Amino acid sequence: MAVKTITPTRMELTRLKARLKTATRGHKLLKDKRDELMRQFLEIVRRNKELRTRVDEGLAAANRALTVASSVMSPEMLEQALLYPKQRVELDMTYQNVMSVHVPVYHYSVQNTGASNIYPYAFAQTSGELDNALEALSKVFADMIELAQVEKTMQLLADEIEKTRRRVNALEYVLIPEMQTNIRYISMKLEENDRSTKVRLMKIKDMILEEKYHNT
Amino acid sequence: MYKIAVIGSPDTVIGFKALGLETYPAADCEETRSAFRHIEASSDDYAVVYVEEWAAAYLSAEIDRYKNSVRPAIITIPGREGATGAGLAALHEAVRRAVGADIL
Repeated sequence: MAVKTITPTRMELTRLKARLKTATRGHKLLKDKRDELMRQFLEIVRRNKELRTRVDEGLAAANRALTVASSVMSPEMLEQALLYPKQRVELDMTYQNVMSVHVPVYHYSVQNTGASNIYPYAFAQTSGELDNALEALSKVFADMIELAQVEKTMQLLADEIEKTRRRVNALEYVLIPEMQTNIRYISMKLEENDRSTKVRLMKIKDMILEEKYHNT
Repeated sequence: MYKIAVIGSPDTVIGFKALGLETYPAADCEETRSAFRHIEASSDDYAVVYVEEWAAAYLSAEIDRYKNSVRPAIITIPGREGATGAGLAALHEAVRRAVGADIL
């Protein structure tokens, strides 16, 4: 490992110990973040699955009705009937903060220019099947908006979880063990230096004493 | 205020038009791409883009590009021939990315 490049000094040891402490705390925090993100993510995934089935079913029903309508009416008539929509959908977007991931929240409002119904045509020239199709569509629309919100949230959370997981793993398996080995290396080297100094001093003392003994 | 766009075959999107969404009828790969480019050019206006499943198959690179940006959310919807599971595939993809394995 990187043991060879570090200088075994007391200053370096203090610095490394401080870094290790920070890294350990960061690791713990990130792990907590990952766990909470994961919990939220699984909730979102369940919701997404549920909405997806509902939207699939709703759209299938609407498409069936639309197919029937287009078989009853001529294509030109159908197109003409729906050419100018009566209502307009406007979408407002705010953000919600989920573990510092900004996920969108959609609010939609329908601007209806005419009366209370959604049909942009007169009833005389169109078939009842078309009414059914449009009704089915407008029913599934609320779910579609929520599906969009949930699916985007899911994607953003998935990205964040991936990043957090990588960070946690990098800390746990690379950074922290490396620092621990370095700390061990430095402290052992320092102890070794201490011992060798002590031995040297003892040796010198012996030499001095011997010299004195011989002189007297 | 944002708009919602729908890309799909002409007879599918016609219903959404009556709901008041912006529709981009497309019949083949080329038309789908140009519809998406059109949306991309004014992407600040769109918060949600619904793409029919067969069209989403042509747009996979573009959809991937917007996966991690907040706007627009690109959502696949089943077309006239019914759900083919492309919507659920996106879900499984996200789970695999987050968890590391497909646990569903």
